Amino acid sequence: MTLGEPRRWVGHALPRKEENRLLRGRGKFADDIKLRDMLYLRFIRSPYAHANILSIDVSAAEAVPGVICTLTGAEIVPLTQPFIEIGPDPFAKIKDYPLAVSKARYQGEPVVAVVATSPAIADDAAEVVQIEYEALDPLGDGEQALQDKSLLHEEAGTNRVWNGVFEYGDVDRAFKDAAYIVNIDRLHFHRFSSTPLENNVVIAEWNPKDERIYYSCNNSFPSFAIQFLAAHLNVHIDRIRVETSDIGGSFGIKITSYPQMAVCALASKKAGRPIKWVETRSEHMTSSAHGNERTFRDTRVALAKDGVITAITSRHIDDCGAYPRYEPLGCVIWSQVFPGVYRFKNARIDFMQAVTNKCPVGPNRGYSRMQHLWFLERVVDICAHELGIAPDEMRLRNYVRPEEFPYTTPNGCVYDSGNYPKMLQVAKDLIGWDEWKKKQAAARKEGRLLGIGIGTTLDSGTNNFGQSQIVNPGLPYSGNSQGANCKLDIYGEVVVAVGSCPQGQGHETTAAQVVADVLNIHPDLVTVRTGFDTERNVHTGFSGTYASQFAVSGLSAVHGAAQKLKAEMKRLAAFTLQTKEDDLEFSMGAQGPEVRARGNGKSINYWGLANLVNANTAALPPELYEVTLNCRYIWRAPFKVPDKQKKYGNLTLTYASQLHICVVEVDRETFIPRILDYGAVDDCGTVINPPIVEGQVYGATAHGIGAALMENCVYDAVGNMLTSTFSDYTPITAVNMPAVKYGHIETPSPHSYSGAKGMGEGGAAPIHTISAALQDALFASGIVIADSFNNADSLFRAMVAKEIGQAQKLVRVERRV
Amino acid sequence: MPDAVETIPIRLKVNGKSHSLTVEPRLLLVELLREHLDLTGTHVGCDTTYCGACTVLINGAAVKSCTVFAVQADGAEILTVEGLETDGQLHPIQRAFAECYGLQCGYCTPGLMLATHQLLARNKRPDEKAIRKAIAGNTCRCTGYQNIIKAIQAAARNMDGVQQRSSV
Ligand code: FES
Ligand code: FES
Repeated sequence: MTLGEPRRWVGHALPRKEENRLLRGRGKFADDIKLRDMLYLRFIRSPYAHANILSIDVSAAEAVPGVICTLTGAEIVPLTQPFIEIGPDPFAKIKDYPLAVSKARYQGEPVVAVVATSPAIADDAAEVVQIEYEALDPLGDGEQALQDKSLLHEEAGTNRVWNGVFEYGDVDRAFKDAAYIVNIDRLHFHRFSSTPLENNVVIAEWNPKDERIYYSCNNSFPSFAIQFLAAHLNVHIDRIRVETSDIGGSFGIKITSYPQMAVCALASKKAGRPIKWVETRSEHMTSSAHGNERTFRDTRVALAKDGVITAITSRHIDDCGAYPRYEPLGCVIWSQVFPGVYRFKNARIDFMQAVTNKCPVGPNRGYSRMQHLWFLERVVDICAHELGIAPDEMRLRNYVRPEEFPYTTPNGCVYDSGNYPKMLQVAKDLIGWDEWKKKQAAARKEGRLLGIGIGTTLDSGTNNFGQSQIVNPGLPYSGNSQGANCKLDIYGEVVVAVGSCPQGQGHETTAAQVVADVLNIHPDLVTVRTGFDTERNVHTGFSGTYASQFAVSGLSAVHGAAQKLKAEMKRLAAFTLQTKEDDLEFSMGAQGPEVRARGNGKSINYWGLANLVNANTAALPPELYEVTLNCRYIWRAPFKVPDKQKKYGNLTLTYASQLHICVVEVDRETFIPRILDYGAVDDCGTVINPPIVEGQVYGATAHGIGAALMENCVYDAVGNMLTSTFSDYTPITAVNMPAVKYGHIETPSPHSYSGAKGMGEGGAAPIHTISAALQDALFASGIVIADSFNNADSLFRAMVAKEIGQAQKLVRVERRV
Repeated sequence: MPDAVETIPIRLKVNGKSHSLTVEPRLLLVELLREHLDLTGTHVGCDTTYCGACTVLINGAAVKSCTVFAVQADGAEILTVEGLETDGQLHPIQRAFAECYGLQCGYCTPGLMLATHQLLARNKRPDEKAIRKAIAGNTCRCTGYQNIIKAIQAAARNMDGVQQRSSV
């Protein structure tokens, strides 16, 4: 598919439409909104990771002047249904309510809500609520939880949320024929969260007059949230209105705020007034959502003599925290990138997911794929070091080759386009690879620990929701869609609405660029509605902003709607100007944008066209009555339902890729790892607005570097979260962030109208890259980088363990040649 | 709990406008700005004085307004993001952030621009290291800081240039 119109705007830098309000302090974020008679809600949260709730006494709190009401789990059980479970039985039997009912399952779980006339009064009242707990032993680790010695959710009878084997090719044969087999005992991907700077905010109003629920909030996947909320609250979905405005970042984390949205609605119903809840940072850290933690056990890698990987087998244990919520979707989503960027054909992954007494996970930038991509990068890198093959050479031998695209993976995914060897070269040039190699050799002579690492990764975008049927064959979802509306308003303004809810990705700007090209006008003449609103009637079941897809699904929908509008405008103009449709041109006239007949030179401006439909209708012949100039278009991704038994099919439409290289030095005295150079190369196909894409790359890189070196959700042995404030969690700052050298290549996607691929998540490239660089720095010291999180403390411990001979042997190589 | 909460009268100037109010002693300056004066451009991102989303200028100094009681600002002159522009004309710092794509979601931006304001008042041509240090107390989760640093360099050039031209 190609774009029919010339591209004056798409593909070019255009200042963002959003800046005018954001730079002047006039953005409208959820916490900036006040409703009349609004009340404020505070949660009282479990201090225990695992505890029975013996009693709750709210009487003292309710006696505080200014307190309107309280709400407990026991109270909401008869009013609601437990939340829908995405996964199959037996775990679907669990009862997930937004307030703990008889048991608290993680530290920070909401137990009671207090509603008062001011946040300060609600805080005061929260202090005097009496809750008696009986502490239980917590399960802090997925592997331990899988033993089912004690249970989080008794109804399920197990802590295992999901289990499935993904097997392709002839694994046994590949191992039989292998020249080398590398065994890796255990790798671990840590828990972290991209922690948007704006916390969750919910304003809810349950209107007693018409039984409608209004939300003004910053949820980033509202069409998903309302499906959960309608079923939970026993209301028709059409009675729930969700509006979002400016959102201060989400990175997926704000997808799972629907439990708090439920409590706010129920509290509003009880109080008879609108409710506002503004999450504190500590609440966000302990109970919003974390990224999935994953352990990789008993990995075996079969390799040919030249280092080409022929097969991998492994057991993966995903820890989803106390409630599955968006899970077990992550149990299949990783398989969108099953072989990563590599060509191996034979593999068996036994994938399990367990609940633990920790914060529930949610989709976090790079969701479920980054864990797997990190695993594969570690495998490739460890094999390279063990076999003495240079890591860059090892990758070149194993990459999918440029001429193999579109490339079908062993599990049936179709990688649309890419060129990994070229990206490697661009990245090497960016940092000056040869120079660094020389410097590294010199540094090593001085005993310095300097490493150079490569991370190659994928950002798969635009999901085939049919993959949900692989985790639960009963689910009614498949394909993907996005809606947009493009209209001429009564006075002829061009107005666009999309079902996305952007959080800084510049959707207003890029949508205007697309429409401007279709109508041949300046983007300033295109008004793009800010935020999401169910009552705009543009959204579909998958609308929202998540999973690297706007450039594909969102802009394709906008493009379709604009073309539909253009076709209608042509019909009207041909009638009015007494000419044929193909004699018409779209241009700027003295009275604004217009449609002109080349033959007779007559023209009509947009107001004239809109007027015919809306206000001058007697002049319109009946055969044009179906023209509305208000065009909704639903874009649908060309997917089939995957084969559920074989776990085979195309799971994602586009595969943007990233290749990063960094140079790291570990200080001999302090063990502080310091980044000396950093290069990032991106390929997201055709670029719609280059600086916006570049900005996404820098942002994703910062998240990855932060996650690799600074950001870790740490729990102690009894389930206390030790990083519950920013001061403990230490999100990366400008002084820790290195200058990033940016490069890009373009391999246009054949699957999107513009050639663009969804991007923005970045595939966690820095985590892979930094692990690889540390590996390179420390391999000679006998250290295997087996965790995605590494800081001075963990590196120091690893070195000491090595020196005193207490390091566990993680890697074993069988040589058959 | 006391029946009547004690309140204290204060006067302060915000973006050139004088205000007299009576406030609870526990009210934070950021709450005063956002809730009482409706200046919602100043944001809150944390509860441990880490993120700087709440940064404003108090008598010219960049301060985290979540960590100052409103009563401590009695008699002060305060500048918030809403006061950066003059008669609808953007401040050079605002222009530079726009030109360099120095923001994505824009939540951190008001605080960062005010931190920049202080920096450039003290150091007209800061190098990259000085810039990074000056904004170390301002967390941005979207941009990776790269374009923010470019924006601050551009703002320094613009402002310095203007001053040099006007002094000729
Ligand atoms: S809100 Fe003031 S420093 Fe974070
Ligand atoms: S632009 Fe979003 S936090 Fe900085």
